[in-house]
Amino acid sequence: MTTTTQPLAETTLLRFATAGSVDDGKSTLVGRLLHDSKSVLTDQLEAVEHASRNRGQDTPDLALLTDGLRAEREQGITIDVAYRYFATPRRRFILADTPGHVQYTRNMVTGASTAELAVVLVDARNGVVEQTRRHAAVAALLRVPHVVLAVNKMDLVGYEEPVFAAIAKEFTAYAASLGVPEITAIPISALAGDNVVDPSAHMDWYGGPTVLEHLETVPVSHDLTECPARFPVQYVIRPQTAEHPDYRGYAGQIASGVLRVGEPVTVLPSGRTTTVAGIDALGVSVDTAWAPQSVTVRLADDVDVSRGDLIAPSGSLPASTQDVEATVCHVADQPLSVGQRVLLKHTTRTVKAIVKDIPSRLTLDDLSQHPAPGQLVANDIGRVVVRTAEPLALDAYADSRRTGSFLLIDPADGTTLSAGMAGASFAEAARGASVPEAADDDAEWDF
Amino acid sequence: MTSVATVPEGTVHPYALSHLDSLESEAVHIFREVAGEFERPVILFSGGKDSIVMLHLALKAFAPAPIPFTLLHVDTGHNFPEVLDYRDRTVTAHGLRLHIASVQEYIDAGTLRERPDGTRNPLQTVPLTEAIQHHRFDAVFGGGRRDEEKARAKERVFSLRDEFSQWDPRRQRPELWQLYNGRHAPGEHVRVFPISNWTELDVWQYIQREHIELPAIYFAHHREVFNRGGMWLTAGDWGGPKDTEPTQTRLVRYRTVGDMSCTGAVDSDATTLDAVITEIAASRLTERGATRADDKMSEAAMEDRKREGYF
Repeated sequence: MTTTTQPLAETTLLRFATAGSVDDGKSTLVGRLLHDSKSVLTDQLEAVEHASRNRGQDTPDLALLTDGLRAEREQGITIDVAYRYFATPRRRFILADTPGHVQYTRNMVTGASTAELAVVLVDARNGVVEQTRRHAAVAALLRVPHVVLAVNKMDLVGYEEPVFAAIAKEFTAYAASLGVPEITAIPISALAGDNVVDPSAHMDWYGGPTVLEHLETVPVSHDLTECPARFPVQYVIRPQTAEHPDYRGYAGQIASGVLRVGEPVTVLPSGRTTTVAGIDALGVSVDTAWAPQSVTVRLADDVDVSRGDLIAPSGSLPASTQDVEATVCHVADQPLSVGQRVLLKHTTRTVKAIVKDIPSRLTLDDLSQHPAPGQLVANDIGRVVVRTAEPLALDAYADSRRTGSFLLIDPADGTTLSAGMAGASFAEAARGASVPEAADDDAEWDF
Repeated sequence: MTSVATVPEGTVHPYALSHLDSLESEAVHIFREVAGEFERPVILFSGGKDSIVMLHLALKAFAPAPIPFTLLHVDTGHNFPEVLDYRDRTVTAHGLRLHIASVQEYIDAGTLRERPDGTRNPLQTVPLTEAIQHHRFDAVFGGGRRDEEKARAKERVFSLRDEFSQWDPRRQRPELWQLYNGRHAPGEHVRVFPISNWTELDVWQYIQREHIELPAIYFAHHREVFNRGGMWLTAGDWGGPKDTEPTQTRLVRYRTVGDMSCTGAVDSDATTLDAVITEIAASRLTERGATRADDKMSEAAMEDRKREGYF
């Protein structure tokens, strides 16, 4: 931290998630990142030292920095996503620290849903294992734009390049076949600190960035602005005061793309067309605004617009549909069954819906699919067909994480049942895109 | 999109948002979601920096219309006079409506009993939860940040509470994308934390960028204090110091503003925002570690209080 605050104020924000099996050293990596970037403060470290001593441990257990709940500390496992914050002079980071345990797939989905980068940890001694494939699949499913493969415990394999190269090659081929757009492999030792924050003195053969260096320089967010504009209306602002008798603004956060004053737009689902008369970016009038800015849009004509509507450029509208085909991750303890009545929350719109079909369920272990499972239970990933009571302006999740995602909610008690991603499965999407050849074994699976 | 050119590496993308803009945009989105989905939301407002930033964000979120929420202050009876003054001036300036839940009234009525250590912070839970029930608030905004404390790091942005205001960390709803699920049964409510993802430094940098006025006790000033449990507490009517605790005048400021009985001052000569930010950036202590006695009571003090309904 320098003494001037100006450079820090101009930093950007990267949200990323970590994934790793129980013994891959994820807590150590997180602890190392926090510790070596000087984000662990004295009183936090003292609290960890104190707690470690009370449990009879000789050295401070850095996992205690991240395991915040009584049950987690008692059992020595992470049972829920925790969010960590740290900063370097170049960038600020929000880390979704997600549990690696198989039964908590939903937590990895939760962490990955807002992440722009995922770090998948592998033990160099074991290479790519089932759990690694599972993490890669979830990252691909959630369309996390950047994936880092951190090959950990290089110190235990003599820091040998061929070990790393073989794992990196296998993982990259596999992840690319799933449609993961960008993969960066880094050989590290989280315990010894090699290539986490500081470059390793033991791996001269590696010329790439350290984990932190990569996190600091990977591009973020801008792909959102390259998609067609989508503006879900959250709230109508009508002051009706003496000062603003006629002000009528539509408040929302631009989900993707760029909005411009003067642009012809269509309001969905009504289909009314008008133009953007003005954009107020939190008190400042602007000509242009882009995702993910929260703004207030004024329209040229007095059309009927309310919460749940979507404003989009008339030239590139999303398809409206009442039959939603999607991949879902089931996150609730109660099952999701064919015929079940649910609520579907998409952007700012919540509609009644019914589960018409569950064509397949995915087995994450081997990525095989089971046809017509009848229902999905906690942590299952499957294909569903949902019929909604009203048309939805829905993009494919492959095109927009923001306007292609939805929740299924239990109308009885409000429980969040499933996380939905509209459109073709990522495997289908990957086949249509210009990615390296899919591995033969996996080319046909579909969910 | 034709107008988006490929940007050479190392240059700032024309559509890049600074981290403060990202956090601001997210918080505004959260305020508006609540306005769109709930009947009776309320903002917890103490006159501390986090709730001041929340109020500022809410003002921006609904401008030029007024904030569609009322405010609630849980007054421990041991608040700093400068902060109460700030609170009342702010409420008047923005034409807001303030509800006050008073710990002192509960003590006077015999419903709550003063603790032997004189700390009133844990006593806030009952007046808070009863005010929520009495006014039938269905969404309660708090200025809690996940960087404050390890139990708070596990907190959702929308956190469902049962009719007893209890938090059950094992029964939290997964929070996916920016799709916040606020559905609740009658009697239940949702605690909402729009600045969950902000750090202490973010809050200060935002205050600086937006030129937000703060109560004077956040800046270095001479104050009569005494030492208890390693912290500098303000001498005053609330019950300190004891005979064995000599007072002295020191140059101090506050990093957090809470109940006088458990909020410590830190030695500081930072009289400006720049100086405060420089000091925080260099500090090796968290704000709670430096100035809050109540979190030190046990390893899970915050988690236990949150389970009971504390924000």
